[in-house]
Amino acid sequence: MEQVTLFVQQLLNGLSLGSIYALIALGYTMVYGVLRFINFAHGDIYMLGAFFGFFAAPYVAKLFPFAQYDSFTPQNFLGIISGAGLVMLISMTICAVIGVLIEKIAYRPLRNRPRLNVLITAIGVSLFLQNITQYFCGAQPRAFPQLIPVQAIEGLGDLTVLTTQAAIILSTIVLLILLRFIVMKTKLGMAMRALSLNPEACSLMGVNIDTVISFTFVLGSALAAAAGVLVSLDSPSITPLMGNLPGIKAFVAAVLGGIGNISGAALGGLIIGELETLVVGYLRPELRDAIAFAVLIVILLFKPTGLLGRVEREKV
Amino acid sequence: MSLLRLDSCTIRFGGLTAVSKFSMEIAQRELVGLIGPNGAGKTTVFNFVTGVYQPTEGDVWFGDERLNGLKPYAITARGIARTFQNIRLFSSLTVFDNVRAAFNLHLKHGPTHAVTRGPKFRNEEREIEDKARDLLNIFNLDRYRDVMCKGLPYGDQRRLEIVRALATQPRLLLLDEPAAGMTPTEKGGLMQLIEFIQEQFNISVLLVEHDMRVVMGICRRIYVLDYGLKIAEGPPDVIRRDPKVIEAYLGEEPTETK
Amino acid sequence: MRRSRLLLFGYLLVCLLISLFAEDYISTRLAYYYDILITIGINVILAVSLNLVNGYTGQFSLGHAGFMAVGAYASASWSNHLDPIFLTALGGPANPLATNVALLISMMFGAALAAIAGLAVGIPSLRLRGDYLAIMTLGFGEIIRTAILNTDFLGAARGLSVSGIYTNLFWTFGVAGVATYVVLALVNSTYGRGFLTVRDDEVAAEAMGINPTRYKVQAFVVGAFFAGIAGALYGHFKAFITPEGFNFFRSVDIVVMVILGGMGSTAGVIMAAILLTILPELLRALAHTQVVPPAYQGLLENRLILYSLILIILMLTRPQGLFGGLTAMRSKTSRAKEQ
Repeated sequence: MEQVTLFVQQLLNGLSLGSIYALIALGYTMVYGVLRFINFAHGDIYMLGAFFGFFAAPYVAKLFPFAQYDSFTPQNFLGIISGAGLVMLISMTICAVIGVLIEKIAYRPLRNRPRLNVLITAIGVSLFLQNITQYFCGAQPRAFPQLIPVQAIEGLGDLTVLTTQAAIILSTIVLLILLRFIVMKTKLGMAMRALSLNPEACSLMGVNIDTVISFTFVLGSALAAAAGVLVSLDSPSITPLMGNLPGIKAFVAAVLGGIGNISGAALGGLIIGELETLVVGYLRPELRDAIAFAVLIVILLFKPTGLLGRVEREKV
Repeated sequence: MSLLRLDSCTIRFGGLTAVSKFSMEIAQRELVGLIGPNGAGKTTVFNFVTGVYQPTEGDVWFGDERLNGLKPYAITARGIARTFQNIRLFSSLTVFDNVRAAFNLHLKHGPTHAVTRGPKFRNEEREIEDKARDLLNIFNLDRYRDVMCKGLPYGDQRRLEIVRALATQPRLLLLDEPAAGMTPTEKGGLMQLIEFIQEQFNISVLLVEHDMRVVMGICRRIYVLDYGLKIAEGPPDVIRRDPKVIEAYLGEEPTETK
Repeated sequence: MRRSRLLLFGYLLVCLLISLFAEDYISTRLAYYYDILITIGINVILAVSLNLVNGYTGQFSLGHAGFMAVGAYASASWSNHLDPIFLTALGGPANPLATNVALLISMMFGAALAAIAGLAVGIPSLRLRGDYLAIMTLGFGEIIRTAILNTDFLGAARGLSVSGIYTNLFWTFGVAGVATYVVLALVNSTYGRGFLTVRDDEVAAEAMGINPTRYKVQAFVVGAFFAGIAGALYGHFKAFITPEGFNFFRSVDIVVMVILGGMGSTAGVIMAAILLTILPELLRALAHTQVVPPAYQGLLENRLILYSLILIILMLTRPQGLFGGLTAMRSKTSRAKEQ
């Protein structure tokens, strides 16, 4: 019985990690879907999300004093959640703007050039974001303020689920539902899907491609920022380089799920999160980063279109 | 024995059948045409003869060898060369180098020789230089030899693509809409060029073209495709009067290109 | 064509002479500049070899540092374990002939292993195009680094000491010359034009009987081979190597050189390598002068901020690099349109 409980516990832990990867992976996949381009700088938006949350938190704390609480009570529950939510919202908004600006300044002028050029530009943007943050904030890790009290949730028997983990998972679910609604039911969302299927037809049908692409970056960046704030609930140490590894892993997740496919990104994120947790729990902790690369190699070798992706043929 | 034989070839892409049960035969030194309305599947036939796609069903025979499953460069090695509907020259190379690159197929030396540059290398390079220059001369392109191929006028670019294909020493040459975008005068020149090639180089030519004058003018036999199916086959005057062919083209824009 | 070989031998002779007579002086009295010189040589080797893959063959590899790491660690291990035997056989560590021969053998071992790594990475990666290939090579580079990080007898995170500082100007600039010669000789032959066709239009290349995979793999292996030598030279210069020194940023370093120089222009890439080696030093010196207000000194010293801006601005304004457009320009003057 012990083994099973341990296994389920690991799965639960992996769920929260997988949620973070899923949120970041969505940004990669949506941008790839409409632009056929891997936004190398996306992981750094996640990092900026954490940092903007870090800077916003003290101001929000004046409205919703969440730092002072050690545990949830029915009275303070709404206040704490609102405070944390507001921090996340502020961070998401700022990062959405930054994402759009990056697209406008660095990527849009290169839209008709060979894709290699814009890939290199993206690498440049990524390096720039990391290093300028490092310049202004120093390379030392900062401690993200505790937005919600950390306590184990009652009533789950032998399993331990922390409030922070629950917050991550629940927030991700809410965001995913919102995203699905936007993509399926709104005009811009439908335009995004159309654009990923057939760009020429879109412009012929009068879709403003620039707006749709900007909107894609808004969504992707906001989700990455949310991930940045959420992950800081659980691991409060933030550094300017924190976007590198999760960025790559989330990218692997997007490829695993089928790049360009939104459900695939969520699925991929979950799988990578679970795999990583299980590898650390049952194999060696040093392999935690290597497992993502191993998955990448295997996927690219055997099924580059991913689990849910489409094959694209080059017309000769 | 025929040079090229397609045995009831079908090719399906997912749910779409692009070409269905297409059979065709080309003899040695024959000039054959393949026509049909837009989207009929003509370039697709080219593509599975040259190995870009694999036929879902059916066989492609070249001489006594089955080509199914071979990669494009292996098929070119066996003697089939092609040009492309949208010109695909090597944009960073000069006119001369575009042709020179095509001599790679029959190169007797390898990369190590290119580095050590012994006499074997130098002799073969000299040979290739001569052969390439001769080829360019025949087609009046030698004066452009050091020009970037992008700098050539359109008609010359098309000619260069044909010359490049000839450099691979094919027995069968596939031309994909070589007259596209040409003026009537240029088309006349092209017709003479194709006949000249066929005789001078002793090869067969399979020509995909929209311009009826060109096709009827030089092809000995013509195959007609419509929606992936063969609807007619025969010499030009038979095809010209075939009711199914006329119907397939009815409502089509005039074949004169702008 | 004989002339170029003569040129190469002449160049190597000059390197040898400089090394024999001036090496001691430069390395002791002008130590700071000596360091820069050796680094320039190593960067030239890296840039020229990467240019074969990225520039001439058009395969965007982001894992070059991984091959450098293989070369560095392989040759370091070789030297650490086998040098005592070699050196005593050849006359002891004080004997310059002995150390040079030892370095040569160690270098070749490192390069051979790096070439094998190039093969191992190239074969699976080369089915992929563009972005995917870039990511795959990045992944492999990181896997190599992680593997070294987790291997105890290679020093893991602690790093590995190398038994002897044998790198000198002759080997560094000599190999740089050889690498340049090999790449240029290869690419400018009929065979070598094949690399360019794979870059320009793979489908058309295949239709002309060229096997793209063969060229891509060859480019990868040759590139990895020289990266391995660069790694070996680096290891035997710094006498201490860590996995962190061969991470993704190192790969980006080299990629920036190739892009700045103009992909497909060996001369341009060499100049970019020299420029980008000297530039951080210049900036560091500049940062400490009166010209720059103290607030901005840190910005200048941060090489990566500068690199990232160079990358972005270059891609937006002059993607062919500083020297990449020159070949095209030369032929424009004989445009056919005048005829």
